[in-house]
Amino acid sequence: MSLLVDKWRPKTLDELAYHEDLSERLRALAQTDFPHTLFYGPSGAGKKTRIMCTLKELFGPGVDKLRIEQRTFLTPSKRKIEINVVQSNYHIELTPSDAGNWDRSVVQEVLKDIAQTQQVDLNAKKRFKVVIINEADLLSRDAQSALRRTMEKFTANLRVILCANSTSRIIGPIRSRCLLLRVGAPSEAEICKVLAYAAKKERLSLPEHVATLLARISQGNLRRALLSLEALHTQDPTFKTVSASHSLLTGTKQSASDLDSVPRPDWEKYAGRAAEKILGEQTPERLLEVRGMLYELLVHCIPAPLIISTISKRLMDRVDEEIKADVVYWAAFYEHRLRLGSKPIFHLEAFCARIMSVYKQHLLGIGFD
Amino acid sequence: MAPSSTTQKVDAFAMMRQAAAGKKPSAAAEASPPKASGSGSSSKAANSGGPAVAPMFKPKGSGLGAGPKHVADVENQPWVEKYRPKNLEEVSAQDHTVQVLKKTLGNSNLPHMLFYGPPGTGKTSTILALCKQLFGPELFRSRVLELNASDERGISVVRDKIKNFAKTTVTTNHDPNYPAPPFKIIILDEADSMTQDAQSALRRIMESHSRITRFCLICNYVTRIIEPITSRCSKFRFKPLDVSSTELRLKEICLKENVDCPDDALRALIKTSDGDLRRAITYLQSASRLHSATTPPTPLTAISVQEIGGVVPDGVMAELAKALGVESGAEDVEMGEPSGRTVGAFETVQRAVEKVVREGYSATQVLTQLHDLLILDPLVSPRAKAKIALTLGETDKCLTDGADEELQLLNACAKIRKAVSEAA
Repeated sequence: MSLLVDKWRPKTLDELAYHEDLSERLRALAQTDFPHTLFYGPSGAGKKTRIMCTLKELFGPGVDKLRIEQRTFLTPSKRKIEINVVQSNYHIELTPSDAGNWDRSVVQEVLKDIAQTQQVDLNAKKRFKVVIINEADLLSRDAQSALRRTMEKFTANLRVILCANSTSRIIGPIRSRCLLLRVGAPSEAEICKVLAYAAKKERLSLPEHVATLLARISQGNLRRALLSLEALHTQDPTFKTVSASHSLLTGTKQSASDLDSVPRPDWEKYAGRAAEKILGEQTPERLLEVRGMLYELLVHCIPAPLIISTISKRLMDRVDEEIKADVVYWAAFYEHRLRLGSKPIFHLEAFCARIMSVYKQHLLGIGFD
Repeated sequence: MAPSSTTQKVDAFAMMRQAAAGKKPSAAAEASPPKASGSGSSSKAANSGGPAVAPMFKPKGSGLGAGPKHVADVENQPWVEKYRPKNLEEVSAQDHTVQVLKKTLGNSNLPHMLFYGPPGTGKTSTILALCKQLFGPELFRSRVLELNASDERGISVVRDKIKNFAKTTVTTNHDPNYPAPPFKIIILDEADSMTQDAQSALRRIMESHSRITRFCLICNYVTRIIEPITSRCSKFRFKPLDVSSTELRLKEICLKENVDCPDDALRALIKTSDGDLRRAITYLQSASRLHSATTPPTPLTAISVQEIGGVVPDGVMAELAKALGVESGAEDVEMGEPSGRTVGAFETVQRAVEKVVREGYSATQVLTQLHDLLILDPLVSPRAKAKIALTLGETDKCLTDGADEELQLLNACAKIRKAVSEAA
């Protein structure tokens, strides 16, 4: 049994539930000559789904016959790296950022491979193959500059589809060579629609207020909304625990208990508890406790930047208006430090300590500079 | 190299080639097999028949694409390649450089050159056009070596490939139609991404082989080229294209490609491309693809051009600016009253930022547009502007370091909000 997300993932452009104008464009592009494209948008907005639907539109059902291969690449320094690639007869999909510093070799190797072999299948609808590069914004600059000339030169045999969260980290030359397609996050109403559709397919009766609540906490991330729906359903098949007068729905000041009662992933609840602890008491002992919780999150492989942003979001919901700006400032500050530094716990802990100090000073009425 | 199966495309292709080479295309080229560029032999056959179409591709295998040349079908070819200037006269807007280089055509003497300037100003096009005019299609392959960042270009390549190419003597038999001076040209594109070591290795090579080899280095930032190299080259600065020459070029392409591009779309193209002609042409092609794909084909619109360029629409920006307490264009003062940070002020900012981020716009783009919007706003006080500029700079640095977009943007907006409300 597969997850709801995968089970009811749209397979063709017609099935896509929102961004109709984008689907229309993609369909039109697939009819004519397809350019290099760059899909960007927040996670869970449906970039990947759209890419796969486009592929289907381009090549027909053949793209569903996937095989997973492990390919070995040789770096210039004669080191071997292994990368998993998913491919069909018509496309190949890879996540070069897995290769860390060697992503450049991987990109060059794969593109060269594809570019030099022509489509052998005479029944293929298009003469080119498609290379999908996931997480293109995590590609190193070197790898991206290795792409630029290749993309121009081999247009006969090859189209590149890049998939990224943001275009900020894509270098200009690549951006100017691609058709940029923005996939914005779905609105709450659109998420509700999809949730209702999935629920209907699964023969669940989903009350409207639960759908709205799920949509609201998913923050525009459809994948997350569907996963939470499934989690909630397994815990509570009749959706009784969620009351219609939930504070998130009515828009009143949020209480701590209500924030916890909504279905969220466990780690998020845990991070929320850490935030509550910071606000509960500001002492070295409490800091030690929080540090333990942070470690707990880290050993469960929650990325440190995500921890900071989750905790700070929770703090922003809870603290007074006057120090919200400070919370954001320090969150942004330490998150930046975190990216530059090498050991996350230092920065996480510094962030918590800083917030404690800011909060305490605010409570005592001492002006914070 | 691969003529397509549709005949009218072949004609257009042949005409283009004619223009490129200044020669009549031979019948052999037109009759070459429909699927070239796949196997080496067929593309070779087509080669000997007609003059090389796009000799900008490297003479010998250089890392990528060794063997047969991979040239896109003319219909698939990006317009940037298709409309690359064929000779120096066609290069847009770089009058000074073109003037100097034209002189070299006459007296067949050429210094080492360093071209620098922002992307899309015609650096690569200029040197390729110059080479074409100097050597003609026949000699191009043996006289010009083009290396760019796609190729492996460490110190070993400099020592082996570049040195070997620089060493080879030049042949004397050549087409009488071209000046073909007795030296070779090595083009190092994107030279600022070469390592320091590789650059130092170049120094001696440049001097010792200067009798038979000229170097042309192309880069965006001249500061990243080491001093000993810059002092050996004559420098040419390429400035961003002005509006009129961009417009001229775009209109020309529109005419040739039968694109219906109204004036407002053209203006949007020029504005979003920001003096980068390549970007403007690519956007034009993408937009025309989108619009010709619908039935019936529609003329281009400014909105679709902006969407392709990843520009945040004015409406969204205005909303964000309003949340920040800056009403663009309106005679708004009451937003900045002492009670600037009223209850919920932060939340309005937070909501606005969240909305922008969810729509998927990139934070750097938002920052750039905020900058344009706020710094040029006559109603924001100079003191606030200074603070805003500082904030924008810091945030941009953090984003370049890879920090979380939403947090950074929120922080920047909160600070801007504070600066605006404090100053008033």
